[in-house]
Amino acid sequence: MTPQPADENPAALHRSAEQAALGPPPPAELGARDPEQRLTELLEHCNDRRLGPVPTDDALPAGYSGTFGHFPVYFPEEIVHAGGLLPVNLLGGGNKLELKYADAHMGSFICSICRSTTEMGLNGSLKSLTGFVTHPICDAAKHLGGIWARNFPEQLAQILYLPQNPNTPGAVRYTAAEYQRLRGDVEKQLGRPIDDEALWRSIRTYNRNRALLRELYALRAAEPWKVSCTESYLLLRARTRMPAETHNLLLEEALGLLRARKRVAQDKPRVVFVGGFCEQPPLEMLEAIDDTCYVVDDDLLIGLRWLTADVPEAGDPVWALAEAFVEHAAASPVQHDERKTKEAYLMDMVRGSRADAVIVTAAKFCEPGLDEQVAWSKHLDAVSVRHLVLEFEEKMTSFEQMAMQLETFAESLLFALA
Amino acid sequence: MSTSAADPTQAPEGAVPEFNAQKEGQRLFKDWYGGLEHAKERGQYVANVFVMGNAVEILRTFDFQLVFPEINSLQMGVRKVSEEYLRDSEDYGYSPDVCSYVKADVGLILRQQKHPAGTIPKADIAIVSNMCSTFIKWGEIWERMLDTPSFVLDLPGQRGSSWRVRPGDAQHMADAQWIEAQFRDLIGRCEKITGKRFDMDRLAEVEDRVNRMVHHWNNVMALNRACPAPYNAMLDGLTYIGIMNVYRGTEEGVQFMRQLDEQLSAKVARGEGRIDNERFRLLFSGTPCYVSMRRLVELFESWGGVFAYSDYLTFAAGGMDAGELVYDTSRPLESLAEITALAAQRGLSNQFFAHERLAQQLREYDVDGIVFHGIKSCRFVSSGMADTRNYLTERLKIPSLYIESDLIDPRYWSDAQIKNRVDAFFESLQQRSGGAPGDTKIRLPVVGGPS
Ligand code: SF4
Repeated sequence: MTPQPADENPAALHRSAEQAALGPPPPAELGARDPEQRLTELLEHCNDRRLGPVPTDDALPAGYSGTFGHFPVYFPEEIVHAGGLLPVNLLGGGNKLELKYADAHMGSFICSICRSTTEMGLNGSLKSLTGFVTHPICDAAKHLGGIWARNFPEQLAQILYLPQNPNTPGAVRYTAAEYQRLRGDVEKQLGRPIDDEALWRSIRTYNRNRALLRELYALRAAEPWKVSCTESYLLLRARTRMPAETHNLLLEEALGLLRARKRVAQDKPRVVFVGGFCEQPPLEMLEAIDDTCYVVDDDLLIGLRWLTADVPEAGDPVWALAEAFVEHAAASPVQHDERKTKEAYLMDMVRGSRADAVIVTAAKFCEPGLDEQVAWSKHLDAVSVRHLVLEFEEKMTSFEQMAMQLETFAESLLFALA
Repeated sequence: MSTSAADPTQAPEGAVPEFNAQKEGQRLFKDWYGGLEHAKERGQYVANVFVMGNAVEILRTFDFQLVFPEINSLQMGVRKVSEEYLRDSEDYGYSPDVCSYVKADVGLILRQQKHPAGTIPKADIAIVSNMCSTFIKWGEIWERMLDTPSFVLDLPGQRGSSWRVRPGDAQHMADAQWIEAQFRDLIGRCEKITGKRFDMDRLAEVEDRVNRMVHHWNNVMALNRACPAPYNAMLDGLTYIGIMNVYRGTEEGVQFMRQLDEQLSAKVARGEGRIDNERFRLLFSGTPCYVSMRRLVELFESWGGVFAYSDYLTFAAGGMDAGELVYDTSRPLESLAEITALAAQRGLSNQFFAHERLAQQLREYDVDGIVFHGIKSCRFVSSGMADTRNYLTERLKIPSLYIESDLIDPRYWSDAQIKNRVDAFFESLQQRSGGAPGDTKIRLPVVGGPS
């Protein structure tokens, strides 16, 4: 029952109606081909996936028997993917979900993504999940493990204890043991083994995905007028609702179209956006930023891009994944690593993308994000990098004031850079 | 710990004064703060540690003076000065939604470490475990503001509900192996900082003292299963856990716990309770509100309600009452890792699956009702609280009360509102029990605990 990655068998992508439901509309069905129109179709498809429900088991492509939910930030999707489960990154309910049940289960002082994820569980939107895994990124996220266990006992609800100390020798061994444990628990839940061959296939599929995402971000840094932050975000986020092999084809096509775009650079400042590592900023907020700035790097959905290099396709697959987590990882406010201070990695992002300024955001009630916001803005002051501090909430619906702040910020940057 | 808890025992003339836990606790705390004040001039090294998952045994082996920043912050609350520190920190840029312990500590740093109990020395190392994720962010603040390096002690916690890790099973050994690797790393760092070589025999000695302390601590915890309860877990108990932390692994700590155990055992044998008319036995879930804890306890005790157990006494004392946690001093380092793994899973991170421990303690302490104290800025205790409450109320039909304030921020304490809620809770408990006001609850004392 393990999925055959489509990048090994591309013709399989649009074979079934179910697969077409999760993948982008096939080009052949669209008649006359205007590249910009095709790009719009792809992005609309991504946005539909963003707003749409978690696919039910009967809507899954061939080779998949169920879905497996995971909370931000990083989750080794390969392990469940190899078991024929579609990894579904749960990113809250955005600004369209009305909370009816969660208020009775979580205090109002908890971040929105935790509350709306709980709501989605309680309102039945996630009842088809085989399992749900959260991580020790913060205490609110860890509590989701207990909330899930109490309310949805039929699902495999766990905290995957990814190490917060990747620096002590032995971190790879521990991480590998933790992955192996998860693999065993998922096998028990599925009633079938996840073999090494399937894991290698998944790792290859995800390596391709990682490479394509690196290309997407490289394009944004090099020619940000060709792809906006919002477009890039939609393309990236699509992976949370479709198989990685399908996502690879989507990205390949989209990258080709984006590169070929004929667009002239506008007079906009180049900025780095940080603070989107867990709770998702509303799309309208990203659009407002795009209106005035070129976002040349960001930490949006950083968990989906967590491994910064290909996972070596040799040795033991679980060990390879664990080693990549410890040795080739991105950074976020919720991962401690002595090799990367938060200030240092932000400055690397600024230098690497040749940014003029930084937009430092934090989700409301997100303690780690709010802590980092203070540290980052003090540091940027100290090294004289201009920055704008914004607080957001996934459920916010009014953006006028933020748009005004962004406009003023961009104007002052352009003035200073002139 | 708290500043005061009534224990009106008076020594007859000429007799050796009876042990007074409150006074002795205050004396020990004064000594500790005094030691901190002079640590640097005595050439001592200093480590910042937290109450959950802290490797104190290793640090004691190197003679580190221990700073407990959580205790510094709560002491500001007890001494009614926390608001000034909190405001300084907010002016510096910290949001009202950030943990008030962290903010009070930032205020302390901004005031050059001047604490009402004395000057707090800058630490040479900080041990920050992942048991509360805020510890790690707090450690990063010290890295920036004080140049204090952090060592993150990553403890694999309880992974799911009904998680039964048994000593020596494969999962336990895998987790212990990882913890031992980190302890070895930490030992190397301590050797570098202090210039001393690690001494395994000294570690065994410290562990022996912890074993003795924990033995008495387990007894103390079990003694409150007696009816009437000999102490209030959320007033007297706060002093006890303060000593469990600050004096862990010391002779003074052993002595304190032994005397406390003896005194409370005698009290139980005499059938004496914390209050004369214990009518309702309660369980307190959450952290205290240190600015008003005495007041809160008064509100409950005026109705004859006593907190017989609190999960705070379990997790904030390092989880060592979670059963069978005794170091094997013939293999000190391996055993330290094994016990740390068990304590982390059974006594600390099981807060994320709090319904399990609470359901057990409701039975063991024969509890009539449960009080949940939500702290806006403490996600470790509060994020799953409402859901846990729903779960326990539905399954076990246990009456419960939910109140909300803060650890040390007086701006979140609303006396009238809390009093109303407490009164309404007791009225319903009274109706439920069918007892007339003033009826004292009579139950056979449950004697003894682990020997
Ligand atoms: S948004 Fe922040 S507080 Fe909320 S789950 Fe994510 S990291 Fe934790």
